[in-house]
Amino acid sequence: MSTTSTTEAGLADAGRRTRVEKLARLTQRNGALVILLCLIVVSAFAFPTFASAGNLSQIALQAAFLAPLALGLTFVIFTGGIDLSVGSVFALGGVLAAWASQYGFLAALLVPLIVCTFIGLVQGAIVAFTSIPSFIVTLAGLLFARGLLLALTEEGSETYKVPADSAFLELSRGSFLGLGFPVWIVIVLFAIGVLVLHRTSYGSTLLAIGGQPDAARLMGLPVLRSTLIVFAVSGTMAGLAGALTASYTASGVTTLGVGLELTAIAAVVLGGTLLTGGAGTVVGSLVGVVLLQVVANLINRMGLTNSNWQAVVNGAVLLVVAVAQVLLSRVQAQERQRRRGGEADAPKPT
Amino acid sequence: MKASPTTASVPVKRSMSVRAWIANYGVYVALALLVVINAIITPHFLTVANLRLQLIQTAPVLIVALGMAMVIGTKGIDLSVGSVMALSAAIMPLYIGYGTVPAILVGIAAGGLSGLMIGALVSYFGIQPIVATLAVLIGGRGLANVIGGEIKNLSDPGLAVLGSGSLLGIPYSVLSAVILVLVAAFLMRRTTFGVMVEAIGGNKKAAELAGIRIKSVLVSVYVLSGLLAAFAGVLVAARSSASDPRTLGLLMELSAIAAVVIGGTSLAGGKVRILGTVGGALLMQLIVSTLVSHNIPDSVSQMVQAIVIVVAVALQVGRRKA
Repeated sequence: MSTTSTTEAGLADAGRRTRVEKLARLTQRNGALVILLCLIVVSAFAFPTFASAGNLSQIALQAAFLAPLALGLTFVIFTGGIDLSVGSVFALGGVLAAWASQYGFLAALLVPLIVCTFIGLVQGAIVAFTSIPSFIVTLAGLLFARGLLLALTEEGSETYKVPADSAFLELSRGSFLGLGFPVWIVIVLFAIGVLVLHRTSYGSTLLAIGGQPDAARLMGLPVLRSTLIVFAVSGTMAGLAGALTASYTASGVTTLGVGLELTAIAAVVLGGTLLTGGAGTVVGSLVGVVLLQVVANLINRMGLTNSNWQAVVNGAVLLVVAVAQVLLSRVQAQERQRRRGGEADAPKPT
Repeated sequence: MKASPTTASVPVKRSMSVRAWIANYGVYVALALLVVINAIITPHFLTVANLRLQLIQTAPVLIVALGMAMVIGTKGIDLSVGSVMALSAAIMPLYIGYGTVPAILVGIAAGGLSGLMIGALVSYFGIQPIVATLAVLIGGRGLANVIGGEIKNLSDPGLAVLGSGSLLGIPYSVLSAVILVLVAAFLMRRTTFGVMVEAIGGNKKAAELAGIRIKSVLVSVYVLSGLLAAFAGVLVAARSSASDPRTLGLLMELSAIAAVVIGGTSLAGGKVRILGTVGGALLMQLIVSTLVSHNIPDSVSQMVQAIVIVVAVALQVGRRKA
């Protein structure tokens, strides 16, 4: 095969995918959405109260507290990294917001955002400037943020309350067009996320880093800066989710967020983002979050009130999705192989 | 074994060999330093009772770290160990009616089963170790909580002996840790299994071409890690004569990974250092106990541990090659 024909084959590649390959690709990208839609339709028939406006907006609100974490994590995972500290940082953000709410609305919002961004930034710097794997850095970050939280709360015994007349409470309790403010915040954030991924060079830089870190570096892409930014943003998002939760519960609950990073990761992976980095979607993560929330809602309805079942289901779902992703990738690779092989034997006229 | 003396006059080369020396022997120096410092500043440090306590508290981390070292040797990672500990401790009380030994065996078998599943996912399905073990980290603790529920009392005489009894003055938990260290060292240094583990971590393709059955070795490694974690869970539950699935083994994966890496086992795989892992586990334990014995609150202790882990791992792996 000459160089030209290879290029031509590459260009025509997308058009010539077999049906099986297309289906596998589509399922891999949108599997969570398909499952979510099926689940919603089935539950609407099985549980009459499921499809009520009240229940659906409740699910949306619940999802809104997890969604920022998943968004921040999605970008970290794009670069091939992972952020295990988000659960702790989320709890820290909540405590900081509740503590700062005595100084007014702006303080309650800005203090957690600034502190949590800074923690993310430090983690990003360690990941960027050393070769310590990000899961170790952020596991240590998990420990550190939890320690800081304990230090701020008299070893966890002090629960800061948001003053009852604080405007900060409105942040999570107010609503617009029937949807709570947190839901709108999340919609705006994800819209920005989609724009950043698809309409800026920053998005492709992140995917390039995740796909081929060495190649990205050799191409002169700003690897260090991008790494710093994704971890800082992940910290910001975790802090914001914590602040929203503090506003909703009107207090800084110190025991929140344990294991939340795992739920967030499960949501991202469910959405179709590969944990290997280099490929993924922002919208998918939102779908993943909503899917987990719907599952939680159903688990409650089925009478499994023990909330630990949620963790068991999350773990199982994560495994099933990971296996499905691998199998679907294999199907695609096989089909591609077969097609190429077939072409080599007897080139079809197109 | 001694580090070969540096003959290099070029500063770059010299700093590299210093780094290699720190990676290999730094843990022993740090351990010795910390012992000396503690002997001076901590009252009652060099007493038999205290040293005995330190060893008892190190045993579970060390046992988990042995399995972790082998997994890391194959270039993998096992994040599930803490949840597996909780799972085995949660299952044990259900079978304690059949006697101590069957209950312990069932608990350990649960760890083996979890390892079997992880190993199969990693080797046969090609799932990344971090994903497969993360799923078990999530689901395993959930399952432990579902099974175990609230704190369960484990007032079984057999378990009490395992938890606080001793042979010739050596507590059973320490004794079992020592035996497991010797077995692990033998396995890694003197058997083909050890060679195969390091070969897979060093160069998987080459190992495959050399005819090593990668899949079965990988499965065995994760099963071993699961069994060891489950046994550590049994030991912890036996010592406290209670099983609390919510907190038992929490963040154990971090302590175990830290012990392994601080002990000089490279996260890049291909080399397993058992003795270094022992040093790493002792060092981590001594850092915590130093903070505790000087009444440093939990919050500060956690932050210090986080910083120590990052600095120690940074010393091991070095700066990113630009």
